[in-house]
Amino acid sequence: MAFLEVKNLHVEVEDKRILNGLTLSVEKGQVAAIMGPNGSGKSTLAYVLAGKDNYKVTEGEVLLNGENLLEMAPDERAAKGVFLAFQYPVEVPGVATMTFLRTALNAQRKTRGQEELSTPEFMKLVRDTAGHLGINQEMLRRAVNVGFSGGEKKRNEILQMAILQPRLAVLDETDSGLDIDALKTVAEGVNRLRSPERSMVVITHYQRLLNFIVPDVVHVMANGRVVKSGGKELALELEAKGYAQFAGEAA
Amino acid sequence: MPAVQETVEQVRRIDVDQYKYGFVTDIESEKAPKGLSEDTIHFISGKKNEPEWMLAWRLEAYKRWLTMREPTWARVDYPKIDYQNAYYYSAPKKKALASLDEVDPEILKTYEKLGIPLREQEVLAGVVRPEGERRVAVDAVFDSVSVATTFKEELKKAGVIFMPMSEAIREHPELVKKYLGSVVPTSDNFFATLNSAVFSDGSFVYVPPGVRCPMELSTYFRINEANTGQFERTLIIADKGAYVSYLEGCTAPMRDENQLHAAVVELVALDDAEIKYSTVQNWYPGDAQGKGGIFNFVTKRGDCRGPRSKISWTQVETGSAITWKYPSCILRGDNSRGEFYSIAISNGYQQVDSGTKMLHLGKNTTSRIISKGIAAGKSNNTYRGLVSAHRKAKGARNFTNCDSLLIGHDCGAHTVPYIEAKNSSAVFEHEATTSKISEDMLFYCRQRGMSAEEATALVVNGFVKDVLQQLPMEFAVEAQKLISISLEGSVG
Amino acid sequence: MNAEVRAMKTPAEQALSAAFATARGTLPGKGAVAAMREGAFRQFDTRGLPHRRVEEWKYTDLRALMRDLYPVAPPPDAAARERVKNAGKLLGGVECRRLVFVDGAFAPDLSDLTSEPGIAIDSMANALSKSDPLVAAHVGQTFATDDVAVALNTALMGDGAVIRISPGAAPKRPINLVFATGSDKPTSAFVRSLVVVEKGAKVTIIESHESGNAQINAALELVVGDEAQVDYIKITQARALHVASLLATVGAGAHFNSFAFTSDAQVVRNQSFIRFAGEGTKAAIGGVSLLRGKDHVDSTLLIEHAAGHCESREQFRAVLDDESHGVFQGKIVVKQHAQKTDAKMMTRALLLSDEAEADNKPELEIFADDVVCGHGATAGALDPGLKFYLMSRGIHEKEAEALLIQAFIGETLEEIAHEGIREALMIASLKWLGTRS
Repeated sequence: MAFLEVKNLHVEVEDKRILNGLTLSVEKGQVAAIMGPNGSGKSTLAYVLAGKDNYKVTEGEVLLNGENLLEMAPDERAAKGVFLAFQYPVEVPGVATMTFLRTALNAQRKTRGQEELSTPEFMKLVRDTAGHLGINQEMLRRAVNVGFSGGEKKRNEILQMAILQPRLAVLDETDSGLDIDALKTVAEGVNRLRSPERSMVVITHYQRLLNFIVPDVVHVMANGRVVKSGGKELALELEAKGYAQFAGEAA
Repeated sequence: MPAVQETVEQVRRIDVDQYKYGFVTDIESEKAPKGLSEDTIHFISGKKNEPEWMLAWRLEAYKRWLTMREPTWARVDYPKIDYQNAYYYSAPKKKALASLDEVDPEILKTYEKLGIPLREQEVLAGVVRPEGERRVAVDAVFDSVSVATTFKEELKKAGVIFMPMSEAIREHPELVKKYLGSVVPTSDNFFATLNSAVFSDGSFVYVPPGVRCPMELSTYFRINEANTGQFERTLIIADKGAYVSYLEGCTAPMRDENQLHAAVVELVALDDAEIKYSTVQNWYPGDAQGKGGIFNFVTKRGDCRGPRSKISWTQVETGSAITWKYPSCILRGDNSRGEFYSIAISNGYQQVDSGTKMLHLGKNTTSRIISKGIAAGKSNNTYRGLVSAHRKAKGARNFTNCDSLLIGHDCGAHTVPYIEAKNSSAVFEHEATTSKISEDMLFYCRQRGMSAEEATALVVNGFVKDVLQQLPMEFAVEAQKLISISLEGSVG
Repeated sequence: MNAEVRAMKTPAEQALSAAFATARGTLPGKGAVAAMREGAFRQFDTRGLPHRRVEEWKYTDLRALMRDLYPVAPPPDAAARERVKNAGKLLGGVECRRLVFVDGAFAPDLSDLTSEPGIAIDSMANALSKSDPLVAAHVGQTFATDDVAVALNTALMGDGAVIRISPGAAPKRPINLVFATGSDKPTSAFVRSLVVVEKGAKVTIIESHESGNAQINAALELVVGDEAQVDYIKITQARALHVASLLATVGAGAHFNSFAFTSDAQVVRNQSFIRFAGEGTKAAIGGVSLLRGKDHVDSTLLIEHAAGHCESREQFRAVLDDESHGVFQGKIVVKQHAQKTDAKMMTRALLLSDEAEADNKPELEIFADDVVCGHGATAGALDPGLKFYLMSRGIHEKEAEALLIQAFIGETLEEIAHEGIREALMIASLKWLGTRS
């Protein structure tokens, strides 16, 4: 069985059907790209995997390592190894980035029955990781995402991912709003986290990101379900031909 | 389970009946006969062996009180108080003696249960503290009588006087006479007048010129007996160039009848002196139906009498059914400064109407107000502040920031600031915002692994950070715990 | 315990009771209107004129300020009409439809009553007398309040304007209600107007008051329909005791802008009660007051968000010179179900002398949790740094001050959409500044 199994998922948001029988598997260690036009349900899939409020599953199931993911609260899913890199990272005023990270990590460890990290241990972990992403001490002291530029917010998401070491990372349009240099830094950070123990779902609208984060498999979504799957060449094909060819399918 | 609905449910499900400190100590206590009359005043004064002048002062206050009417303007609703249906003096029968050993063991057990810094008992037992460690002297008040005063010797060496008010009246009458009622006159307001007539005990502090009090002074209160109002009276004087930091904290047991708490605190800071007054208040807030709980009507005022003096009030309020207090600063001395830092949390059916007054009288005076209100449950949380500059108050400056955080749909947060500038050189700035913990914020934190409660606590802590930083270390830690307990589910 | 003992009636209060007793038979409107007057008068009678212990009137003690009642003005004679010939001069350059009221009575001969599709105009006295259904439907029902000044107005209202803008109509010219005193003796007047703007309509209403020594109690009820756009401007230049109430209810998806300009005032209390009854409305409420001498101007607002998703912005500024006294009280109330309310209030007072006094009380009463509300208040003198900067560039001190004050006032006037009105008010401000000693 694959690490992540999404079976015939139907999801409604505010009485509107967004996901229409979505079926998808992601193997352990695999990097799967999900592409599709606006409105195809890509972000909805990301939110449903993370457990956001107001997304109603009317049919289907999601199994993570054989366990029913949909039954779990968002923090439980996080402790099981689910990480969502938000398309629009949220600002949390008054809470220093360092404090936020430490609280999150120790909360997850507690849920898993592990011992919490001491402050010095944690700070060393962060320092080592932050350096690679060009995040300095000063930024770590600032409140989470408050006054951060677009690039800084995305790098912060990747820093969190590096600290929390998820088993399933879902990157929701990580490239949106980034210039080429910021994109490269973020992609490097993501690539450094690739491992046979880690699955990734990279959601993107444009092919460009996939030049830097090369996927093992590409799935195309339209009208709330997967309409085509293939290797990384599929992404280039889409770039050339666009999404229109899928407009009629899976109506 | 939808993420944020659950969060809001949990936060709402504050089981107020799980009040941690709700229990009663079974101990004999001596009460004055029920009701309030001149006889009651004589009884109280007699029990404390007070000199004539003190009795006369009380009687005058009582006579004045009879002519006054209870104020009704605050945004709080409460059932009428029957002043005749209460006891005005309740002291444990066994008298307080020289050392803690001789204090009624039941009382000491109570304080142990409360887990408050009467672990100073430890120190008294002879445990030697490592060099430089901060110490706290405790003057514990238990139902009207100060039970123990520790660290007396150490303070005596520095020349600091820290003793129960009743003792100070006997041993330092000149000081008491000079300053008592000089900041809050007997005629000031209904509850202050009542206090002046029947005040039971409280702390008296005098720090001589140039002395920096070597430790933080602290007092813990508790109301035990049913139908006893607590009327403590505190007077703190920092002479020229002196510094003192004073901590006040309170808890109370569960009772069905509402209990009245009408205290008066007077602070006097002379030239270049500084007084820091911190309060962590955790009175019983009433049960899940809003019944019972403490009525907290307090008059607290600081007089920055001398030039370059400074008084700061820091408080974390999480208890009491009805709170009505406005710690104030009279900025009389030129270049004096007043500060007010407050976190007020209301939950269940609590009603809080509190804030501060900064009266700028002297020249180039400054004041700073940071108030953070958090409302949850069906509570109502009102900040009421007055910043005024007198005609002659040249160069007065104030910065006020009051923010409210709402948790849930049934609570209310209100801000009523009065900003009165009678001098053109006054610069007053005021900002206020009201918001809630957004669902997006909570989901973000939860996706990172925090439970709903942890996420709420984290965000709330970020919200109140500016104020927590002002508290002395001991209190900051306790305050943080208190805040999360007030907002958590049935975590005992 | 102690019963609420009512203090003895002051001469003004007694005179008001006498005036009502005399007039009640002849004031326009029978049946329901007469009953409404009786009820309103009783409210005043039980509570008396508001004084400083009444929270909303804390800074304007009407009971003390109103020593006695000036006799209610008689219908204006030729001399009176002659005196108001120049009324409305401030807006002289602006093309408006003028409706003129002299000593509180409608003067059709001085007004523009040309018919125009989409606008229906009548005098309040007329409408009340013939039980006009529009008046019956709205007068006294726009905003529920027990305010005594409003109650007095309801009891004693004589005349005013009744205007109805039909659905979708968009009259090009602003409608200017001009209230002026023509009498050469001190008189009092109680005027009440009703403006109903139907769904999708668009109109600018200007209410100008120019009085000499008089006592004016004015009230305007404004009903803004769904998707309507209303710009309301009040100009008060009254060397008088002037108490004016705006009672407004705003529908869904509407745009409502209100601006109050007050100068050359003696004792003015402008109070606005505005209720957002429908979702998705945007409102900007502003004002500027210019005070000198012993002027007293009190701007009091009560903004009630009773429906969600509305946005309100309140911006008030006051310039205070000599021994004047400026008061701003702004209360934002967000009701329990008014989620996603976005309300921001800002008040700034500029003190130009040591004897001037500014009192600000921006209040928030919030019962809904998913809202963004904030307020700010500042009071202070001209920034000495800025003044020095201007002077270092060669500008004389007085001129530098004037420039800075102009900038202070100008920023708020930017809120006014109608260019002509904006300019007229800017010129009026400059004139006021020009006469500064």
